Amino acid sequence: MTIDWSWIGDHTDDLTTLTFSHLQAALSAVFFGLLISLPLAVVAHRVRPLRGFLLGLSNVLFTIPSIAIFVLLLPVSGLTRTTTVIGLTIYSLVVLLRNTVEGLDSVPAKTKEAAKAMGTRPLRTLLTVELPLALPVIMAGVRIATVMSISLVSVATYIGDGGLGQLFTDGFQRNFPTPVIAGVVLTLLLALVADALLVAIQYVLTPWTRRRA
Amino acid sequence: MTICRPGKGHLMIQFDTVHKRFPNGTTAVHDLSLEMPEGGVTVLVGSSGCGKTTTLRMINRMVDPTSGTIRVGGKDVLQQDAADLRRSIGYVIQQSGLFPHRTVLDNIATVPLLLGWGRKKARARAAELLETVGLAADAGKRYPHQLSGGQQQRVGVARALAADPPVLLMDEPFGAVDPVVRTQLQDELLRLQKELSKTIVFVTHDIDEAVRLGDQIAIFRTGGHLVQCATPAELLAHPADDFVADFLGAERGLKLLSLKSLADLPQGPAPEGGAWTLVLDEARKPLHWASKSSTGTELPVRPLKDTDSLLAALNESIASPTGLVARVDAAGVLTGVSSRDDIHEYAGRAHTEASVAA
Repeated sequence: MTIDWSWIGDHTDDLTTLTFSHLQAALSAVFFGLLISLPLAVVAHRVRPLRGFLLGLSNVLFTIPSIAIFVLLLPVSGLTRTTTVIGLTIYSLVVLLRNTVEGLDSVPAKTKEAAKAMGTRPLRTLLTVELPLALPVIMAGVRIATVMSISLVSVATYIGDGGLGQLFTDGFQRNFPTPVIAGVVLTLLLALVADALLVAIQYVLTPWTRRRA
Repeated sequence: MTICRPGKGHLMIQFDTVHKRFPNGTTAVHDLSLEMPEGGVTVLVGSSGCGKTTTLRMINRMVDPTSGTIRVGGKDVLQQDAADLRRSIGYVIQQSGLFPHRTVLDNIATVPLLLGWGRKKARARAAELLETVGLAADAGKRYPHQLSGGQQQRVGVARALAADPPVLLMDEPFGAVDPVVRTQLQDELLRLQKELSKTIVFVTHDIDEAVRLGDQIAIFRTGGHLVQCATPAELLAHPADDFVADFLGAERGLKLLSLKSLADLPQGPAPEGGAWTLVLDEARKPLHWASKSSTGTELPVRPLKDTDSLLAALNESIASPTGLVARVDAAGVLTGVSSRDDIHEYAGRAHTEASVAA
């Protein structure tokens, strides 16, 4: 298997466009996934009876095959980026919801108690005490969801999207390995860079976790 | 029903037949009537499950009573917004309950920020309080986990004092630190209290801590019954029943002596030419006891000030090789010595007087 470097040289623009398209699909999914997970996690954390139901639901959604999700969404959003993002968002929930609930669970009762006793109202306690303290666990979920979404975007090639995934079908159909290899390498790089960025973001957002006595 | 009525001063906190039953059916506090004077330290003491913590927590509405009324500064707590009420009352808990994600300065500034002081003013106040509780200024930038247990507890006290509340609730605040640090923190609290005159409600299961800190002590028994509420001296001299007497322990006579200073204890000149000589430095501060015998043995001396307790004098008279206790003034200069017999005689008299007076 040899790489045709001239093909890569001729297609740098396409590769760049596909890479950004790929990244945009993955990040949108994580963004919307977080947007949905946060309120649901707060509900699951506070209302015990709903917790099992919500976590179970996110598990069940995760087991639906991706093709089935896209087919089900076609009448709603057609062969568009929206369909891709909705599908990936549904998958991201399984990690994001669970980690956000666990993050909220990890906040020491003593700390919440102190916040209440100081006269902090519940919403402010959630925003300024519980969520910041849950951040390390939530961010662990965000990292998994991001890497997972980046690897999953290619699946949307079925519906004419799929970012770098399009390189796989292209190479496969023409029995020409170069685009496939380029696609794999770029997907890997995207995942590594995104993960490193998230680690850096977490480092900046949680100064109290890094200064040891 | 025991009613505790301190004689003088305004009442800051009043419990009027307060009853608390939890949903699971246990009665935590049983028809409690208790009054706490302004500027005084009331210690709630008892074994675990006696309702002392629940009593404390009803004051700032962390727990609401099933029936009865609690007034703080004359106002029924149930008529006030819970969060507003809590901001007006300082609260210190065991293991400090500090916010791990906030710097020490921001931890202390919590209530001022909630009251809308603005970040700058709140931080300035927090920095001022660091000094008040005996912490270095650079501790303000650190995170709680970078401090020792004792330092964290000081931050907890500073945080409770930040908005200068008239009332301070302290729930076993020194329970998780070692005995040496605990004594330091108790001393600091007494020093602060002299300056600030807060109305303090202090929960502990340690009777020695209660005797040390309390202006009045309320003893609770399992089931949320207040058994006796009195000044430490009265309690030690006249326990209401066997339960209280047991709780105070077999050494309650000695504890009573711990409340009395040795200022009026007679003293005479240091002996000269005896078996033991008290050696002084140039400033006439005691250094050690020196034996006259050929071995030339030196034994340490622990001089006592007039502010020390009779219990300390009694202890020293037993520990001292000569049976003599060296007495010094505030600067540590020798003023005289007291003999074992004098101390014993005086302590006995003081004990009798305390029992009669209380």
